[in-house]
Amino acid sequence: MAFRNYILVCGGTACESSKAGAIYDALVAECRAQGVSQDVQVVKTGCFGFCEQGPIVKVLPEDSFYVQVKPEDAKEIVSEHIVKGREVRRLLYDKDSSKKHAKVEDIKFYQKQFRIVLRNCGFIDPENIDEYIAREGYVALEKTLFDMTPDDVINELKIAGLRGRGGAGFPTWMKWNFTKQVEADEKYIVCNADEGDPGAYMDRSTLEGDPHSVLEAMTIAGHTVGARQGFIYIRAEYPLAIHRLEVAMKQSREYGLLGKNILGSGFDFDIEIRLGAGAFVCGEETALLASIEGRRGMPVPRPPFPAVRGLWGKPTVINNVETWANIPVIILKGGPWFERIGTPDSHGTKVFALTGKIRNSGLVEVPMGTTLREIIYDVGGGIAHDKEFKAVQTGGPSGGVITKDYLDTPIDFGSLTKLGSMMGSGGMIVMDEDDCIVDVAKFYLNFTVDESCGKCAPCRIGGRSLANILDKITKGNGTLEDLDKMEEIGGAMKKASLCALGQTAPNPILSTVYYFKDEYLAHIVEKRCPAGKCKSLITYSINTEKCIGCTACARKCPVQAITGERRAPHTIDPALCIKCGICLETCKFGAVEVR
Amino acid sequence: MAKMTLEELRKLRDTKKNEIKKRDLSGRDTQIVIGMGTCGIAAGGKIVLDAFLSELELRKIDNVIVTQTGCMGLCYVEPTVEVIAPDMPPVIYGKVDASVVKRIIDEHVVGKQMVSDHVFDRPSADIIKDGGKR
Ligand SMILES: Cc1cc2nc3c(=O)[nH]c(=O)nc-3n(C[C@H](O)[C@H](O)[C@H](O)COP(=O)(O)O)c2cc1C
Ligand code: SF4
Ligand code: SF4
Repeated sequence: MAFRNYILVCGGTACESSKAGAIYDALVAECRAQGVSQDVQVVKTGCFGFCEQGPIVKVLPEDSFYVQVKPEDAKEIVSEHIVKGREVRRLLYDKDSSKKHAKVEDIKFYQKQFRIVLRNCGFIDPENIDEYIAREGYVALEKTLFDMTPDDVINELKIAGLRGRGGAGFPTWMKWNFTKQVEADEKYIVCNADEGDPGAYMDRSTLEGDPHSVLEAMTIAGHTVGARQGFIYIRAEYPLAIHRLEVAMKQSREYGLLGKNILGSGFDFDIEIRLGAGAFVCGEETALLASIEGRRGMPVPRPPFPAVRGLWGKPTVINNVETWANIPVIILKGGPWFERIGTPDSHGTKVFALTGKIRNSGLVEVPMGTTLREIIYDVGGGIAHDKEFKAVQTGGPSGGVITKDYLDTPIDFGSLTKLGSMMGSGGMIVMDEDDCIVDVAKFYLNFTVDESCGKCAPCRIGGRSLANILDKITKGNGTLEDLDKMEEIGGAMKKASLCALGQTAPNPILSTVYYFKDEYLAHIVEKRCPAGKCKSLITYSINTEKCIGCTACARKCPVQAITGERRAPHTIDPALCIKCGICLETCKFGAVEVR
Repeated sequence: MAKMTLEELRKLRDTKKNEIKKRDLSGRDTQIVIGMGTCGIAAGGKIVLDAFLSELELRKIDNVIVTQTGCMGLCYVEPTVEVIAPDMPPVIYGKVDASVVKRIIDEHVVGKQMVSDHVFDRPSADIIKDGGKR
């Protein structure tokens, strides 16, 4: 027999420390005492996120969500909820607490996530078109083919206020409208699935989990602007996404949802996949189009914009995967529905790939206007290993850092730009006290320097000079003039580079210098790396009072830099030490120190 | 299936919706869905899939259908598996390995009990469930 109720007790590491174990025991005991052990199972679960409100107890099937539960509450939960079937109101999460931005009533009150783009990811079998169809798949296409005019579609997108999710946030309806209005014998639809930011995998997951949402959206665009051919430009490093797209396209063709005379409407549309070789710059739209045409992927100056003169000189709508995935839902539920979600500046949701020093890393989709604090602490469960939050990088190599002081900023396109970062495609890398901010800036800059196509001088030469200066600083050879010089070079790159790669490359430096000047000064003036990351600036030593002479580190040291008698304090020879940090990891007595 | 007309597509959608509602997937009442995005596969999703298939065969359990899906968003506890069994709320299990597979079959599928310590919460409500506004 199945149980009538299930009581889920959050047993994540954060809650474990705050008495989840005791609550579990109390609930089990109460169920027994009140004679309902047969009707209910008490289950320990993983972290629900939302740890600030923990420990959390959830009762199924009612889905009651109790927060800050104490072992003493077990009795009432069992006697009221389980026995009498009444929720314990005082423990429910207060649904009205300052929900300024989340204007959509049906966001479940504790769940910060709201999935439009990822609506089917994790629900359907992506290789079975029937499951997509069963979840309202291709209803939007039906509507646009038979019930709406192209202008209706564009108007719906305009009301929705959808802005491109590939980085720049350009209003999608305007792009479509440009292309629609141009007279041309051919027009094209392109999906940008090049996704090259370090730490980003939103688009890959969307294509792997729900390929039909993109195919349906591209077909809708084709019908709206008058194009018959679409291309998906995807990096060859995404074999599973490519496979799922191929399967999806084959099934769509068999069903007559792609190809000639779609659903008997007389409209023809088909899609081809084009593989990219993984150059970051090929994600830039003009470089991408050049690459599809078989030319070398280098940006060209805009205007003319692709919407007017794109692929083979023809008007071309190019949108990002996530932008595409929003479209069927907007058509399905209507522009006003979408417009209500988010902030006045940015509507709808944004998918982030939450990585770095975060407890619950993963893909998250939240309404625009959610704060960084909610994303990091409520959804992400906070910083791993209870370390101190230092900063979060948004916008990948084009973005910047956001510090503790700005955790409560509601995020949208505008607010992130104001903070000196940007939305970018949605990578979100969390840093803790152990991360060196200069090292982080160096990592991103080296990425853009490697990926620069070299076509224009500000990016090619400026990027290299910035990298050299950062390298100097992390080696302890920086000077105060270097800070000014970096700002000067960065400013020139922003103004004079041809494409956004070069224009935004200095952002990680400029923003870290702005928010963490002290840390730069420590490297430059004191020749010290506060986080203990920059190898040239740190020394390893052994605290003779703590060392018990177990010899463990000496045996592990790859260059035999550690010597000492058994049971006597050991020492590290700084001349031999290569600063690999193995001794630090090895010592169980905290005797190895970094300075 | 040959190319469809609008009517046929609508009919297919209604049929499939009902099937999903009844959870009557080719006569089987329990569904095990494995997260098979790149993240899930990298964490061992394929091994889990194989473990389920061979364990179910070994024990001659034939009311269970095993399917795949994309990333559920719980990358930190991959591989993830959703179990939808009659009379029980759907449950997502994380950090699943071969031994957890055995427990899921023993305790959840056969014993109708959730497997403690591996239950995770679905990260969000379903916006499509109630249908689109037509
Ligand atoms: C260096 C560089 C890399 C880019 N990489 C991507 C990418 O990987 N995916 C993407 O969708 N857009 C990328 N973009 C943005 C595109 O140029 C373009 O703005 C986007 O595809 C437009 O689609 P949207 O309006 O839907 O955002 C990149 C831009 C630059 C300058
Ligand atoms: S800014 Fe950099 S990537 Fe862009 S065109 Fe110039 S050299 Fe190439
Ligand atoms: S591992 Fe620690 S305690 Fe053991 S010898 Fe090295 S420094 Fe001393």
